[in-house]
Amino acid sequence: MKIAVCVSHVPDTAAKINIASDGKSIDQNGVTYVVNPYDEIAIEEALKTKEAFEGETVAISVGPESNKDSIKKALAMGIDSGVLLKHEGFIDSLGVARALADEIKTLDAKLVFFGKQSVDYDNSIVGQLTSELIGYNCVSVVVDFKLDGEKIICEREIEGGREIVETTLPAVITAQKGLNEPRYASLKGIMAAKKKTIEEKDAAAGENVVEVIKMKKPPVKQPGRILGEDATVVPELVKLLKEEAKVI
Amino acid sequence: MAGKILVFLEQRNGEIKKASFEAVKAASAIADKLSIEAEAVTVGSEISNLENVGGYGIKKVTHFKNSELANYSNSAYSKLVADFAKEIGAGIILFSNTSLGKDLAPFTAVKTDAGIAMDITVIDYDGNDLILTRPIFAGKALLELKVNSPVKVITLRPNVFSSGEPSNDKAEIEVKDVSSPDLQTKVVELKKSKGKLDVAEADIIVSGGRGLKAPENFHLIKDLAEVLGAAQGASRAAVDAGWRPHSEQVGQTGKTVSPTLYVAVGISGAIQHLAGMRSSKYIVAINKDKDAPIFQVADYGIAGDAFEIVPALIEEIKRVKS
Ligand SMILES: Cc1cc2nc3c(=O)[nH]c(=O)nc-3n(C[C@H](O)[C@H](O)[C@H](O)COP(=O)(O)OP(=O)(O)OC[C@H]3O[C@@H](n4cnc5c(N)ncnc54)[C@H](O)[C@@H]3O)c2cc1C
Ligand SMILES: Nc1ncnc2c1ncn2[C@@H]1O[C@H](COP(=O)(O)O)[C@@H](O)[C@H]1O
Repeated sequence: MKIAVCVSHVPDTAAKINIASDGKSIDQNGVTYVVNPYDEIAIEEALKTKEAFEGETVAISVGPESNKDSIKKALAMGIDSGVLLKHEGFIDSLGVARALADEIKTLDAKLVFFGKQSVDYDNSIVGQLTSELIGYNCVSVVVDFKLDGEKIICEREIEGGREIVETTLPAVITAQKGLNEPRYASLKGIMAAKKKTIEEKDAAAGENVVEVIKMKKPPVKQPGRILGEDATVVPELVKLLKEEAKVI
Repeated sequence: MAGKILVFLEQRNGEIKKASFEAVKAASAIADKLSIEAEAVTVGSEISNLENVGGYGIKKVTHFKNSELANYSNSAYSKLVADFAKEIGAGIILFSNTSLGKDLAPFTAVKTDAGIAMDITVIDYDGNDLILTRPIFAGKALLELKVNSPVKVITLRPNVFSSGEPSNDKAEIEVKDVSSPDLQTKVVELKKSKGKLDVAEADIIVSGGRGLKAPENFHLIKDLAEVLGAAQGASRAAVDAGWRPHSEQVGQTGKTVSPTLYVAVGISGAIQHLAGMRSSKYIVAINKDKDAPIFQVADYGIAGDAFEIVPALIEEIKRVKS
C-alpha cells in the first residue's frame, strides 16, 4: 500500500512575528522555518504503519523551493521519497487541498496522514478538505490509530473527552499530539536521505477564493500591575477579581 | 443578495451547546445588517433545549433526526447540512469553531462549493461584504480577509461573540426524519474524561506550570479551580514532565483559550504559552520571579511563592463567597 504524508513548512514556534511592508504577509527577517510540529507526528505514524504492514511512503508539500527542507526532514526520518508541488505567494487552504488531492490521486495513496493543524495560519482544515475532494473517509485530531485490514479505528480528541471513530480505507487521518513520539532523524537517516528523490512539479492549486486584506499585530495588552510579593496582597487581588473582573 | 444565512447548531448528549447560541446571536446580527433571512439546522436524536434558539434571534430550526445520529458522524452530518444549505439557498453557513465544528465545516464547504474562513473573532462589513478577522500564528498576528466565493462557510471562535441575555421567544422546529444516514465514518463510543470541565469551554481557567515542582502539588491548582468553578490547565513543561494530561495543555501546540479569567501559577510565560491564552479577558499571574514574561500580559500579578499565595487565595475566595 502507498502511504502519503503531507507536510507544511512553517516558522519556528519561537519566532517573533512581524508584519512585512506590504501589510499582507510576515516579515521574513530572522524567521527560521521548520517542519510543522504536528506533521512530524504524521510522519511518525506513516513510518509506523509502513513498518507494521509494509508499503511505500511519500511526503508531499505545497509551496516554494524552501519547503524542500521539510521534505528532506521527512526523508531523513525514513520516508521513502518526496514530492514538491511548487507554488509561490499566498495560497488559501482550498488551493493547498486541491493541489494535494490531485497528487494523492496520481500516486494512488490509500492512506494519507496530515497534521491536525499548521502552526502558521492555524486553519486545521487541509486534511478534511483534501479527503472530501478525493472522496476519502477522514478522521481528524487523532490520538490513537489502528488499522485492521480495510478497517480503521481511531480515537479523536474532543472537549472533555475522546470519541472512538470507525471508518474504512481509503482514508485521511490528521494527527494530534499524543498519537506517538516522533523519532529523531539519525545520522544514518540523514545520509540515506541524500540519495532519495524529491520530484518537483507545479501545484494544481487553482484560484484563491480567500482574499487577504491585511495582516496586523494584535493590540498590545497593557502590562498590568504587580500587586505585591507575598500573601498580604491576596485580599486586594480577590477584591479586584470581584469588582473589576466580576468573576467571583 | 447573498442568500440566507444558515447556522449549524451543535448538540452533545441531546443538548445544544453554549457556543451555538453565540453563533445564533451572531447570525441574527449579520442577517439584520445584510437584510437577509437567518435559520438554523441541527442533526441528532432527541434534543432537549432546541426551542431556546428562539431567544437568541432565530425563529426557524430544522432538526434532522435519527437515533443513529445522536453521536457525530462527519459523513452523515456534512451530507445533511450541505444538502439542506443548497435546498434553502444559503449564502453563508455558520459553525462554531469547536472540535466538531472544525471537523464538519470543511466537509460542508467542499460539498457546497464554498470558500472557508475558520476561527473568526471579528465580523465587520464593507457594504455587503463581510470583513473577517482571525488570529494567526497562534495569536501573534491577526489576518483580515474576505471570502470571494458565492457561498461562504465561516466558523466562529467560541467565547468571543456574546450570546447576550435570551428573550422568552421560542423557535419553531421542523423535524425531518432521516431514513438511512451515510454512516461511513462514525463515532461508535464517547469516552468522557471524568466529569471534568474542558479548558476549551471554560469561562475561568487555573493553570499550573513547572514552578509547582511536582505532580502531587497540583492539588493546589485543583483546589483553586474548584473554588472558582474553573477548568484546570497546564503549561507544556508540566505536560511533558507527565504531571498533567495533554488535554490540559494551553498554548501553541495545546489549546487556544479565551476565558474571562486565566490564572497562571508557576508558569514563566514562554511565547508558545502566551500564544494560547493572551486573548483572555483578565489574566492573573503568580510567579516568584518578578521578571517572568507572564507579568507582561497579566492584569494582576503577585510576585511571590505559589505555595504561600495559592492557599491564601483559596481561603480568601471562600471567605468572600460565603
Ligand atoms: C514547538 C514548541 C511548541 C510549544 N508549545 C507549547 C504550548 O502549547 N504550551 C506551553 O505552555 N508551552 C509550549 N512550549 C514550551 C515553552 O517554550 C516553555 O518551555 C513552557 O511553556 C514552559 O513551561 P513553564 O512556564 O511551566 O516552565 P518554566 O519556563 O520552567 O517556568 C516555571 C516558572 O515557575 C516559576 N516558579 C518556580 N518556583 C515557583 C514558586 N514556588 N512559586 C511561583 N512560581 C515559581 C519560575 O519563576 C518560572 O517562571 C512549546 C515549545 C516548542 C518548542
Ligand atoms: N502547504 C502545505 N503542503 C503540504 N501539506 C500541508 C500544507 N499546508 C497544510 N498541510 C497539511 O495540512 C495540515 C493542516 O493544515 P492547516 O489546515 O493549514 O492548519 C498540516 O498539518 C499539513 O499536514
